[in-house]
Amino acid sequence: MRLLTHNMLSSNIKGVVNGFPLRIEAEKVVEKTVEMNSEFLKKMFDKVDWKALVDASRAMGYTELPEEVDSSILDSDEFLNRFHHALLELHLEEGALVCPETGRRFPVNKGIPNMLLHEDEV
Amino acid sequence: MASRPEVIAPPEIFYDDSEARKYTSSSRIVQIQATLSERALELLALPDDNIPKLLLDIGCGSGLSGETLTENGHHWIGLDISASMLNVALEREVEGDLLLGDMGQGLGVRPGVIDGAISISAVQAKFDMIMQWLCNADKSSHNPRLRLKAFFTSLYKCLSNGARAVFQVYPENIDQRELILNAAMHAGFAGGIVVDFPHSSKRRKEFLVLTCGQRSVNSSVAKGKNEDGESCSDEDSEDEENQKVCISDRHRPRKKQKKNNKSGKGKEWILRKKEQMRRRGNAVPQDSKYTGRKRKDRF
Repeated sequence: MRLLTHNMLSSNIKGVVNGFPLRIEAEKVVEKTVEMNSEFLKKMFDKVDWKALVDASRAMGYTELPEEVDSSILDSDEFLNRFHHALLELHLEEGALVCPETGRRFPVNKGIPNMLLHEDEV
Repeated sequence: MASRPEVIAPPEIFYDDSEARKYTSSSRIVQIQATLSERALELLALPDDNIPKLLLDIGCGSGLSGETLTENGHHWIGLDISASMLNVALEREVEGDLLLGDMGQGLGVRPGVIDGAISISAVQAKFDMIMQWLCNADKSSHNPRLRLKAFFTSLYKCLSNGARAVFQVYPENIDQRELILNAAMHAGFAGGIVVDFPHSSKRRKEFLVLTCGQRSVNSSVAKGKNEDGESCSDEDSEDEENQKVCISDRHRPRKKQKKNNKSGKGKEWILRKKEQMRRRGNAVPQDSKYTGRKRKDRF
């Protein structure tokens, strides 16, 4: 699972008000090279929750992303490269996602998070 | 015909490893799925600016439709309830991210981030399964209405303003379609059904196109495809259904059949039949001055 997807996911357990962002417990992280598209990155920049992305990339062992950003930084190629790497090239292979409110663990196996809820959580 | 899968077992149990492999190893299914996804992508009416979009593939299975999305340069997130199907998708090394989840429980995606959603099924049974499993009460806690509501409200939330969702549906399930449409409208979607090749029983395809947000108010639903490229709307097919069936007066004396000395059916008849076949999407030779001409007596 890429951090792009992680940034879009939230916990939808019944009664949870703020299920975002899910905390990452990383056991195994893989990197896959993807072609960069700066147009896409610029568009995603508006949608991505920056703090969640920074925290998530730290949890995956990537610390190059700056803490504070504004839209002017998008002109820097170096920043775009880092953003691209964090968003699309880091894959969480094994580990878990943890709901920030209830502490429920969603296990991640072979890169697929299991978001199935139990009957009492719907 | 084998009995339908949705009657046999819930999806996470029915699509075990062997079923999942069967589905993906059929080249016919792969091809149909590709054309359907291509058409669904067209119906999504994404802005034509060459920027990759973030799309959602609902019931992505082994990622067949996702591959079409990748070919068109988009990023996608696939959701499916069958772990075996997702394992096949992993083996095929699809580009998108996969999630194991039940759409009847809601999607669990942050609001306003998805640019479009599709749901394609090459096999009718699979569509029935998606919807029926959504509508069915497999477990005691499953309430079809609640599941549909959870699905559509969460879908509405996660789509960005003006984004569309395209579901391929099968015409046989009119009652179910009603239930689904109602749930979608309740969630705030606008839209309707687009019919491709309405006159052909084989090639007829129906898509449920839902639009969310502001653009939905003034945007019209896309037109269905026809063989000649002319578009036809949903209305005329409905008209046919609504037409009354008249029972002719049985006491009226039968009209004497006109005695027709001409042999054969004539040019007009042939042209009419050819037109009919064209509408059904069959390959028909062109009309020319030789079409339906009279043969020599000596023949």
